[in-house]
Amino acid sequence: MSWTWFHKLASPPYVYALAARLTPWFAWPAALLILGGLYAGLVLAPPDYQQGEGFRIIYVHAPTAWLSILVYVVMGVSAGIGLIWRMKVAHAVAASCAPIGASFTVAALVTGSLWGKPMWGTFWEWDPRLVSELILLFLYLGYLGLRAGFDDTQRADRASALLAVVGLVNVPIIHYSVVWWNSLHQAPSVMQLGKPKMPASMLTPLLMVLLGFTLFFVALLLVRLRAEVLQRERSASWLREALRA
Amino acid sequence: MKDFLDMGGYAAYVWPAYAVTLIVLFLNIAWARSALARAIAGARRRLGAQERGT
Repeated sequence: MSWTWFHKLASPPYVYALAARLTPWFAWPAALLILGGLYAGLVLAPPDYQQGEGFRIIYVHAPTAWLSILVYVVMGVSAGIGLIWRMKVAHAVAASCAPIGASFTVAALVTGSLWGKPMWGTFWEWDPRLVSELILLFLYLGYLGLRAGFDDTQRADRASALLAVVGLVNVPIIHYSVVWWNSLHQAPSVMQLGKPKMPASMLTPLLMVLLGFTLFFVALLLVRLRAEVLQRERSASWLREALRA
Repeated sequence: MKDFLDMGGYAAYVWPAYAVTLIVLFLNIAWARSALARAIAGARRRLGAQERGT
């Protein structure tokens, strides 16, 4: 197997140009899937036999909660790669993830709380799933705060990467919290082996928004990555080239 | 239409949840774009300073 792709991905000018070229290929499918999925979820899917129309919050809660975790995994793994191989681009990916992840964690907490009020009778409960998701938000905020404390990007990269990697232990805790402890929160209904516990008319819009939000995250990441790569670059020759394009 | 907006009595929860999510989506687009614009402006400044220096 050839390792040239790996070396190319470590090269800032290549990544900068590639990210710019790829962005629309993620952004437009994301827009179509999100709009289509939300429309289908609000209008075409039948009401739930227990929760009535209230269950439609799932079409915004599940994708934001999914992204809150996916973005953290991408951030933690890239931060780890950056630490081990001293790869600037990997640190740039991790730094790009944090604000995106933090915002979707807020969205997951707010939509979850708006779902909890009518179904559980409360906006907030000190429940394992809810608390571990709140810790996820603090990890993102801690990461951003830590970075803001450094003037030097390289030192910010290394210190914040350590926090990001350590915080990865929270990810399985969030996922299994509903299994390990007695939780108000329901167990996963899509990502499980065997048949999903949902009819296709409810499941299809859900899969559309899950995929749409994921592509949307990639598009955001590509835009932010270009910003982070530019900030780290001191070489005049490619800066000149990148800015001309 | 009124039935749809009423969401079977859950309107006070469903619509704010959708609104918050859409706001987060659009804010992310705006933030990412402004981060890139700022980085490009910063790179231009650095490049200009370097060229004047040499």
